[in-house]
Amino acid sequence: MSVNYGSKRLVSGAHYGLRDWLAQRVTGALFALFTLIVLAKVLLVSGPLGYEGWAAIFAPQWMKALTFACFLAIAYHIWVGVRDIWMDYVRPAGTRLALHIFTIVWLVACLGWAVQVLWRL
Amino acid sequence: MSELTRKRPEYRNIHAFKDLPSYRWPMAALVSGMHRISGLLMFLLLPLIVWLFDTSVSSEISHEVFQSAFSAGIGFAPGWFVKLVVLVLIWSYLHHLFAGLRFLLLDVNHKAVSKEFGKSSAIATLVVSIGLTLILGAKLFGLY
Repeated sequence: MSVNYGSKRLVSGAHYGLRDWLAQRVTGALFALFTLIVLAKVLLVSGPLGYEGWAAIFAPQWMKALTFACFLAIAYHIWVGVRDIWMDYVRPAGTRLALHIFTIVWLVACLGWAVQVLWRL
Repeated sequence: MSELTRKRPEYRNIHAFKDLPSYRWPMAALVSGMHRISGLLMFLLLPLIVWLFDTSVSSEISHEVFQSAFSAGIGFAPGWFVKLVVLVLIWSYLHHLFAGLRFLLLDVNHKAVSKEFGKSSAIATLVVSIGLTLILGAKLFGLY
């Protein structure tokens, strides 16, 4: 088998790495901002938070839309991050493929559940 | 002979369990490694996070289930165990957030990429995230 690693590594592609690297930073920053917004809303509730106050935070349509966008963003962020972990530590192609499939199913299932919770409020 | 002497070391995938513990772990590396571990933890506990969101926000009745999970427990898990797992989530989120902001700073600011600032900012990240975890954890376990 020809050597395609080390000094002979083939460096080619269409900058998928850069795209994912940048996407992870943008989605991370977005979720940090989202955290600030939710935190501000929690702190602005007068008196104990309780169910009413907590549910009211996600009640406005703009908040639902924003939360939905941030859920999608963080799902992509998680995909890039967890895939990085498998790519760094798991070499056998079969195991890695199985972990990739598990990651996608786990993520999409949780995302669907969270979105359902959000939009039925 | 010359072929042998010219043979250079090969760097392939590292072995997470065999190689990583033998590494030296400066503060910056520790923050980076913990960033990865906290992210993976939150990924694995994602169904619990969505469940916490679901029960806390869906209805008054589900909100009571949410609250009693922390006091009386839920299913096989006693209340203190639920609190402990949520405390792990709190630490994971705080560490991931502050370490992530530190990485963003390193990405946009060349001056921040120095050995000294790498160490001091790593220590600051640990102090803030662990400090906030202790404060919130004390509240979670009803110490104040």
